[in-house]
Amino acid sequence: MSTWQRLWDNSAVKFGVIVLGLLIVLAAVAPWLGTVDPAAMDSANINTALGTHGSFALLDGSSIAHTFWFGADSFGRDIYSRVIYGTRVSLLIGITTAVVAIGIGAVLGMLAGYFRLVDGLLMRFMDGLMAIPAILLAIALVAALGAQLWTVVVAIAVPEIPRVTRLVRSLVLTLREEPFVEAAKALATPTPVILLRHILPNALAPLIVQGTFVAASAVLTEAVLSFLGLGLPADVPTWGNIMAEGRVQFSQYPSNVLFPALFLVPTVLAINLLGDGLRDVLDPKFAKR
Amino acid sequence: MSVLAIQNLSVALPAGADRAQAIENVSLSIEAGETLCVVGESGSGKSVMATAVMGLLAKGLRAIGGRVQLHGEELLTASPARLRALRGKAMGMVFQEPMTALNPVMRCGDQIAELLKTHTDWKPAQIGREVLQILERVKLPEPSRMAASYPHQLSGGQRQRIVIAMAMVLKPALLICDEPTTALDVTTQKEILALIAELQREQGCAVLFITHDMGVVAEIANTVLVMHQGHAVEQGARDAVLLRPQAQYTRMLLAAVPGMRPPAARPQAQGGALASASAVGKNYVLRDWLGRGRVTWALQDAALAVHAGETVGIVGESGSGKSTLARCLMRLIDPSSGEIHWGSHEVARLRESRLRPLRSHIQVVFQDPNRSLNPRRKVGASLIEGAVNFGASHQEAAQAAAVLMHKVRMPQEALLRYPSQFSGGQRQRLAIARALACKPKVLVADEAVSALDVSVQAQILDLLREVQAEFGLGLIFITHDLRVAAQLCDRVIVMHQGRIVEQGTTAELYASPKQAYTKALFAAAPADLTLPDHAA
Repeated sequence: MSTWQRLWDNSAVKFGVIVLGLLIVLAAVAPWLGTVDPAAMDSANINTALGTHGSFALLDGSSIAHTFWFGADSFGRDIYSRVIYGTRVSLLIGITTAVVAIGIGAVLGMLAGYFRLVDGLLMRFMDGLMAIPAILLAIALVAALGAQLWTVVVAIAVPEIPRVTRLVRSLVLTLREEPFVEAAKALATPTPVILLRHILPNALAPLIVQGTFVAASAVLTEAVLSFLGLGLPADVPTWGNIMAEGRVQFSQYPSNVLFPALFLVPTVLAINLLGDGLRDVLDPKFAKR
Repeated sequence: MSVLAIQNLSVALPAGADRAQAIENVSLSIEAGETLCVVGESGSGKSVMATAVMGLLAKGLRAIGGRVQLHGEELLTASPARLRALRGKAMGMVFQEPMTALNPVMRCGDQIAELLKTHTDWKPAQIGREVLQILERVKLPEPSRMAASYPHQLSGGQRQRIVIAMAMVLKPALLICDEPTTALDVTTQKEILALIAELQREQGCAVLFITHDMGVVAEIANTVLVMHQGHAVEQGARDAVLLRPQAQYTRMLLAAVPGMRPPAARPQAQGGALASASAVGKNYVLRDWLGRGRVTWALQDAALAVHAGETVGIVGESGSGKSTLARCLMRLIDPSSGEIHWGSHEVARLRESRLRPLRSHIQVVFQDPNRSLNPRRKVGASLIEGAVNFGASHQEAAQAAAVLMHKVRMPQEALLRYPSQFSGGQRQRLAIARALACKPKVLVADEAVSALDVSVQAQILDLLREVQAEFGLGLIFITHDLRVAAQLCDRVIVMHQGRIVEQGTTAELYASPKQAYTKALFAAAPADLTLPDHAA
C-alpha cells in the first residue's frame, strides 16, 4: 500500500485535508461569494441584524443590493465579507510562519547536530530564546517595528524556531550515527551532501508533522494578537480583529464574536488533526497509541 | 500428563502478509523437567508460538485452529483474566532483550515484588525475603544491592538474571525462553544457559526454548522442533535430529552452521601491508561543568596490518574495542594516538579534505542490513555515490554498478528499488556492492554477517571469499562469533577491554590459545556440532 493511500485511510488526515481544502477554496474565491469590500464602511448599515436583505453603499457612492448573512458591525462593515476574507490572512500567516520556522529551525538544527563546535553556542542561544514568552516577544516586536504582516510572522515564528531546532538536532544526533551515514563518509561524500541527501530526507517526516503544529499555533496566536490590538491594523479583516471589534458590544450582538470563532476553531482543529494523523502514519515511533 | 501440549495449532497472519499463516498445524508436548528447543530462522514463526502460548499474540494475529493446553487446561479459549492469573504463576517468560523487558524507572527488587503482590497474599516482609532469596538463586552477587538497583546500573548478563528471577519466582510449571541469550556475549551466554538448566533441575519445570542457534540446541535440548515458514519440518530427540536429520531443511540448516575447526591454512600473504595501524589508541574525555576531564580509553596500543588477499579477523566481546580499532583504521573516528598507513600514505592526522581523495582505498560493510543503506534513496543512487565522488561520470558509475549487481548476484532491477524491498541478506549483498563500487584495496566487514540467519550467513561468507579472491582484497573481518572467524580468517586478533590480548594464525590460535582470556572465550563458545559427515 502506498504512503498516499495509507495517509488517506487515516480518518484524522482525511478530516484535516477536507476542512483545510474547503477553507483554501473559500479564501481563493472570496470575491465571488457575494461579498463586498471587507474594509468598506456604510454608515447606513451600522449593526444591521444578521440575515437582512438590504443595500450596501460602496466607496464610490454607488449602492448595490446585498444580504448581510452575518450582520454588520458597529462601523457598518459586512461581517460575512470580513470573515471570508479573514480566511486568507489566517491561512497565509499559518503557512508562512510554518515555512519560516521549519526552514530556519532545520538549518540551525542540522548545524547544531552535526558540528560539535557550533552546538554548545547555538543551543545556549536557543535556550535563551525559549525563555522569552511568545506573546511578550510579539508585543515588543510589533511595538518596535509596527503592525505589518511580516512583523506578525516574525513575532510568531521566532519563539517556534528553538523548538524546531531542538527537534532537528536530536534527529540529526541519532541519524549521524547511522551506518549509512558512516558509509557515506567512507565513500568520501562531502559533508553538505551528507546533510542534504542522507540526513535531511530521513528527518523530513517528523519535520512536516512539527510544521502543522507550528501552523496551528500561528493561526491561533495571530488571532490572539489581533484581539489584543497588537496584530495587523484594525482595518485588515482578520478573525482576531473582528472578534476584538465585536467584543465591545458582545452583550447586544454576540454573533459578531461567534462567527469568526466558528471559523477559527475548525481551522485550528483541522490543522492539528492533520498533524496528528501525519504523525501516526509517517512517524509511528512518536504516535501516542 | 505433559505440562504443555499443543495440538495442530494454526495462527493466521493479517491479510497482505507474505503468507497466510504464521504457524500452520504445529503440534508439540513437553513433560516436566524436559527442555524442548524450537529452532528456526527469522520469520519461521517460532516466536509467534511462544506468544500464542502466553496469550500475548500481537495485534492482527489470530489463532484459528488447534489447542494449547497447560496441564490439560485450554489456553486459547481462556478468558483474559484467567490468562493473566496463569502468566507468572503457571508460566514464566524470558525475553531476548532484558533492557526492554524490565521497567527502566523501577528498582529491580520492586519489579519482582510487584509480581508477588499480584499473585500471592503474602505479607510485605515475606515478599521482601522471597525477593532476596530468588536473587540469590539466580546467582547475583550482593542480592540486596541488586534489588535496590535500577536496570541500567546492571550489566546485560545481570539484567537477564533479573528477568529469569521474575520468570521463576512463582515457580511456574512452564518456562518459555525466547532467544534469551542472543543479545549477550558468549561467556555470559554460557552462564545464563547453565543457570536456566540448574533452575529447571531444582524446580522440575518444563522449558520451551526458542533459538536460532544450533550450538545452543546441542547444549541444552532434550527434544528439538525445527520450524520453517510456519511448518514443523522435523521433530524428535536432540541426538536424532542433530546427528540423523531427516528433513532436507534441517540438513541444510546444520550444514550451514560454521564449525570451530578452521579450514586448511592458505599460503601466507606476500608484499607490503595494504593498510596498517601501529600503537593506535582512542580515548574519550568526559568533562564536568568545571571543565575537569575524566579520560576513558576505548582502545590502547593496538597494532594491525592487512596484506593483499589476506583475511584478518578481530574477535572479542561487546566493548572490547574491536569496532573502535576498525573505525580508527578507516578514519571514521580520529585516533588519539598512533600511526595509520593506507598503502604508503600516513593518514592518522590527515585533514578530512586531504583524506577524502584517499578514502577509496578502504571501504566498509556494516552489521545491520536495515540501517546500512539510506532508506530514502534508491539502491542505484547509493551504489553510484562513491564512484561519482571519486571522479567517475554518472554514466560510467551506473555501468559499473550494473556489473557489480551481477557480481553480488542481484538482479539489475534492484538498482531502481528502495532498500526496504529487500531481505537482510540481499541488503548485505547491496552493501558489499556499494563498497566495491569505489574499487577499494581493503574491505572492512564489521559484524557483517552477525544479524543474518545461518543459511544466509554462509552465502554472504562465500560472497566475501569470492570477491576477495577476484579483487585481491585485504579483508578485515570483525566478529564476536569464533566459529565464523574460524571459517574465514587467516589470522585472528583477540581483543579484550580495549587491548589486543593475543593473536596468531587461525590454526595455531584455535589449537592452543595461550592467554587466560582467550581460553575462557573458546571454552564458552557453544558446543561444536558433531555433524553427520564428521561423525562418520
